[in-house]
Amino acid sequence: MPKLIKDNQIIDDNWIVVDADFEGALPEQPAIVPLSYWNQNKASLSARSDIGVWLDSHEEPSHIASDLDSIPVVAINFPKFADGRGYSYARLLRERFNYKGEIRAVGDVLQDQLFYMKRCGFNAFAVRADRDIEVALTGLNVFSNSYQAACDRNTPLFRRR
Amino acid sequence: MYKYDDYDRNLVLERVKQFRGQTERFLAGDLSEDEFLALRLQNGLYIQRLAPMFRVAIPYGMLSSVQLRNLADLSRTYDKGYVHFTTRQNVQFNWPELKNIPDMLESLHKVEMHAIQTSGNCIRNTTTDQFAGVFKDEVTDPRPYCEIIRQWSTFHPEFAYLPRKFKIAVNACPTEDRAAMKVHDIGLELVKNEHGETGFRVFVGGGLGRTPLLGSAINEFLPELDLLTYLEAIVRVYNQHGRRDNKFKARIKILVKALTPEVFAQKVEEEWQHIKDSAAKLTVEEINRVKGFFVEPSYEDITSSTEFEEQLASNKAFANWVNRNTNEHKIPGYSIVTLTLKKTGIPPGDVSDDKLELIADLADKYSFGEVRIAHDQNIVLADVKQSDLFAVWRKAQTAGFATPNLNMLTDIICCPGGDFCALANAKSIPIAEQIQRRFDNLDYLYDLGEIELNISGCMNACGHHHVGNIGILGVDKKGQEFYQVSLGGCSGKDASIGKILGPSFAREEMADIVEKIIDVYVENRTAEELFLDTYRRIGMTPFKERVYAKAH
Repeated sequence: MPKLIKDNQIIDDNWIVVDADFEGALPEQPAIVPLSYWNQNKASLSARSDIGVWLDSHEEPSHIASDLDSIPVVAINFPKFADGRGYSYARLLRERFNYKGEIRAVGDVLQDQLFYMKRCGFNAFAVRADRDIEVALTGLNVFSNSYQAACDRNTPLFRRR
Repeated sequence: MYKYDDYDRNLVLERVKQFRGQTERFLAGDLSEDEFLALRLQNGLYIQRLAPMFRVAIPYGMLSSVQLRNLADLSRTYDKGYVHFTTRQNVQFNWPELKNIPDMLESLHKVEMHAIQTSGNCIRNTTTDQFAGVFKDEVTDPRPYCEIIRQWSTFHPEFAYLPRKFKIAVNACPTEDRAAMKVHDIGLELVKNEHGETGFRVFVGGGLGRTPLLGSAINEFLPELDLLTYLEAIVRVYNQHGRRDNKFKARIKILVKALTPEVFAQKVEEEWQHIKDSAAKLTVEEINRVKGFFVEPSYEDITSSTEFEEQLASNKAFANWVNRNTNEHKIPGYSIVTLTLKKTGIPPGDVSDDKLELIADLADKYSFGEVRIAHDQNIVLADVKQSDLFAVWRKAQTAGFATPNLNMLTDIICCPGGDFCALANAKSIPIAEQIQRRFDNLDYLYDLGEIELNISGCMNACGHHHVGNIGILGVDKKGQEFYQVSLGGCSGKDASIGKILGPSFAREEMADIVEKIIDVYVENRTAEELFLDTYRRIGMTPFKERVYAKAH
């Protein structure tokens, strides 16, 4: 079974991430579906407790703002690690829309981005399959402090010095 | 000058460790070229034409003599014994080896320096006026605000992978703008409102490069406590909406232009309403704490001496230098000295290790142990007693830093160009030298008055050619180097982007072309006019006609 970093631990991941162009019926398994599929099948999907939604890097979280209560996992796709829109999306989910569920980074997710992702509100990381997830885990704790306020700590350093 | 506390020190040390690990993983083949590229760029490391190029931050241009000596040491130990000061108030090493970079970082850490975010698609080193804190006309010292921005932008988790690089400049002087604020992604102008409160006029969307544009004011008065939350709102809007499909259209200026400044301002305002009263809002205590690092040095009460007047009267060369290379200080009896790095034959901005140490000595002896790096690639001793000017001049003269050409035609801003930079289409240093050799008569230069001539070796405009009164851009035509000339650029208060004169020229023609342009100015100027004034009055046509006239 694939592995996932969640809440600072490596766990088995039993969720499948459904492709962007998927059509038809979902398998009986926890699934993270693309935004378009969610929008088309919202009525039936929101009745299930094991359906998450993933946003591509151009799909802002405001699209699912009103559905967040029934979504246990929001995944944000990084088509390339250098596409940084997902960092803002995660902060908006946590800080603007007060989302308490799992925010998962998927796609080109690498060790050296994890610390910033965590600060922006991600708590789960599907590290790229060709990388050692144990090694990547160390990426969560690179710095012991930070200047700015973010999701991990909502007071900036200047209020704590 | 700002001093690190344990928080700052630890963060920079943790960065050194992080980068050492990343470098080792890359050298071991565990990180791909692309993955390492993004990481090394955020640490100022380029892989260049001849060797890596390593860019170290000089936050808002301030350097202590201890830091200068450390740079000298590093250049001796790991490089070829010189460094290059850039137009972004940074310093570059041109020949280090990749494997030595972590050791260089560790050494920099010991003198409170780093290379964090000196490159890459993140918020870069914030720049300001090199005369900050000592110039009499400024509203307030901009450096504390620059330091506050430095800390906020350092390792900002949300903004490390922006669509493109992002540059902020702060100006606090109502009469002049030495920070070129309107050609930055964000320009901040410190102002006071009618109640005497401090705030910022906020410009967004300026920049040079392929599409040169001036920034637009999107907020006429942002209270100082709102600085960071407002910046956060601007950069968040940009991060989400800036173009990522085309690198050449990815800067914030393209977004601001596409949306219009009004719509962009509205988006920022909407975003800001959600965060303006969060814990990220600045506090008076924090501003005062940081201001505490930029208090005035212990100036002496100076009663005027006749000795200085006598030195001026009896030595024309000294008087020239004082007249040209020093500025009035806010404290009577002191002067602001600019050491020019524009001696003919030495690439603009380059300084050797022994000369760095000499500048450190000058700073220790005559200027409270501090210097500033100017965006026009000169070095400033900000607090020199007038009675010491003669001694400083003598020493600077011996070292080659007293060429009295500040703001003259030969005080050329010039990028490293094709001699060093992998991006360049053409060489730039030899063009600067050719022009400096042609205009070597100081009396003539003084007669011409202030003229800014800027040279870039490519579109990226590191030499700020668009805002030179005379701008020169190296272009590549079928593998041959040519040079395009623009006129009328200006980076100051009344900033403007230069207009292209016409078809480009061969390298060996450049001094002739500049001479013709200068001739047109001399023939047309009124008694009071600087080059830029004349150009603005008579327009491009007379220059074009002269330069492109057929030989008889």
